[in-house]
Amino acid sequence: MTEPLLRTENLQKSFGALRATDDVSLDLRPGEIHALIGPNGAGKSTLIKQIAGGLAPDAGRVVFDGQDVTALSTVARARAGLGRTFQISALAMEYTVLQNAMLGALGQAGSVWRFFRPVMGDSALRLRAEQALERVGLETLVTQRTAELSHGQRRLLEVAVALTLRPRAFLMDEPMAGLGTDGSQTLTAFLDDLRREAPILLVEHDMDAVFALADRISVLVYGRIIATGTAAEIRANKEVREAYLGEEAGV
Amino acid sequence: MSRAGLINLALFAMLPLTAGAALMLDEPFIITLATKVAILALAGVGLNIALGLGGLVSLGHAAFFGIGGYAMGILASHAQSFTPLMQAPFLIEGTKSMPVIWLVAVIAGALAALAIGALSLRTTGVYFIMITLAFGQMLYYFAISWPAYGGEDGLSIWVRNGFPGLNTLDPIQFFAIAFVLLALALWGAGRLAASPFGLALQAARQNAERVETVGLSPYRLRLVAFVISGAVTALAGALFADLNRFVSPTMLSWQMSGEIMIFIILGGVGRLYGPVAGAALFILLEHVLGGLSDFWHVYLGLLLLLVVLFARGGLIGALAGREVAHD
Repeated sequence: MTEPLLRTENLQKSFGALRATDDVSLDLRPGEIHALIGPNGAGKSTLIKQIAGGLAPDAGRVVFDGQDVTALSTVARARAGLGRTFQISALAMEYTVLQNAMLGALGQAGSVWRFFRPVMGDSALRLRAEQALERVGLETLVTQRTAELSHGQRRLLEVAVALTLRPRAFLMDEPMAGLGTDGSQTLTAFLDDLRREAPILLVEHDMDAVFALADRISVLVYGRIIATGTAAEIRANKEVREAYLGEEAGV
Repeated sequence: MSRAGLINLALFAMLPLTAGAALMLDEPFIITLATKVAILALAGVGLNIALGLGGLVSLGHAAFFGIGGYAMGILASHAQSFTPLMQAPFLIEGTKSMPVIWLVAVIAGALAALAIGALSLRTTGVYFIMITLAFGQMLYYFAISWPAYGGEDGLSIWVRNGFPGLNTLDPIQFFAIAFVLLALALWGAGRLAASPFGLALQAARQNAERVETVGLSPYRLRLVAFVISGAVTALAGALFADLNRFVSPTMLSWQMSGEIMIFIILGGVGRLYGPVAGAALFILLEHVLGGLSDFWHVYLGLLLLLVVLFARGGLIGALAGREVAHD
């Protein structure tokens, strides 16, 4: 078995009496898509925040590429190569699509401390931003203001910004939400290829996408992982069916 | 050229045209007013880097304005009394040279902004406003209680400081100095807004989480913006003190911070030429309405209210439309 690139060890997080993250250990191996599913309120977003930074666990560790990153800031983790997309789009809404992608390229290049030359004239950054936008199919919208994009287009832009970072691992929080059937099929095909560049920890509600893509699936219920396994194993798991999939007939 | 571009050009040309016309008509007072507008606009350009680009509502920029003023006052007062600032461990003498005074003002303003910013930027929103206000007031009361440099009465400088090759006591020549510095600051601020740093700084204003996620620290971006902002405002303070040949704690008062912010709000927050429009309008109102009533601030308040309620893009926004230029 290959060494996991990212893993959490016994993560704990409580809000008052609520155990939002209860002894969660999971890992992400090179080349795989590991899907994290669970009903609303199961603590998926809380878990993602502890992995990406921004929310400190009460106990446990986050290890990325052999390094304990638990105490590192969001910024430091992003620099280390964690590429995150948000459930609720976190984009610079006044900027154009291209400017948002340029921001990602700029962050990755680390060349932000330049005060005189116009950033839009930096052809290396621009090329990288345009390539990322082209890969998600937003190349016709480069001059569009982000605030004017549809919900689904914003999700794609989130993915494009993450691509400009050239991360070592992706953390994607519901990238399919709001995409519609066509859109989510296109993105599913795209993520299918993307796993070869960097593994993806995928939080997703779209079960078609999850079962089509995931090498492994972890099921989170009330902050606990009740099962981890391949799509077939998860489908066959009795506990999972009772706790979660029971509502989703025909999966 | 776009409508906004034309308006900017008109605003930019307005000051030298006014000063030039005043020179022909032999109205030195008007030249002095145009100089005052240029200097206050420069202070506004400084604040606009923090407020307009960074979204940092600083109610303590009078601190930097006053530090620039006192940099001039302290250096020039020692020079005119022929007493050194310091004899041990090494000799520091006063100076009447504008470029040296500017350099000292800019460095002092930047260092003060670094210290104040490093602490204040750990907070956001209304706490940031309050903490910058508190730092400003600390310096204000410090200046009042510092008898060495005039305390509450302030410091008078008898002769305006010199600039190599110019007669700074000639109003039009001093105007030219102030205007060239304003032009340079506008050019620099425009470059800054379009630079890689500007892209990241303005993104941090719109969505700090996004900036963190691409591996950039909003805190550092804001701190650097705050330092640049403080330095530019301090330069304006040194010029303002030279214009009046006087510096007093009033330059450090929170009313001064408010005035600099009013220039920006009147002109248009985040508009490069907003502070020019705002400062010009402010001085115009001060002299037109101030001639009618001592309580002209009532009308200023009313105008400010109207701008905030109905024209949030300020004067430039109202004239040029809300559309902001994109690359």
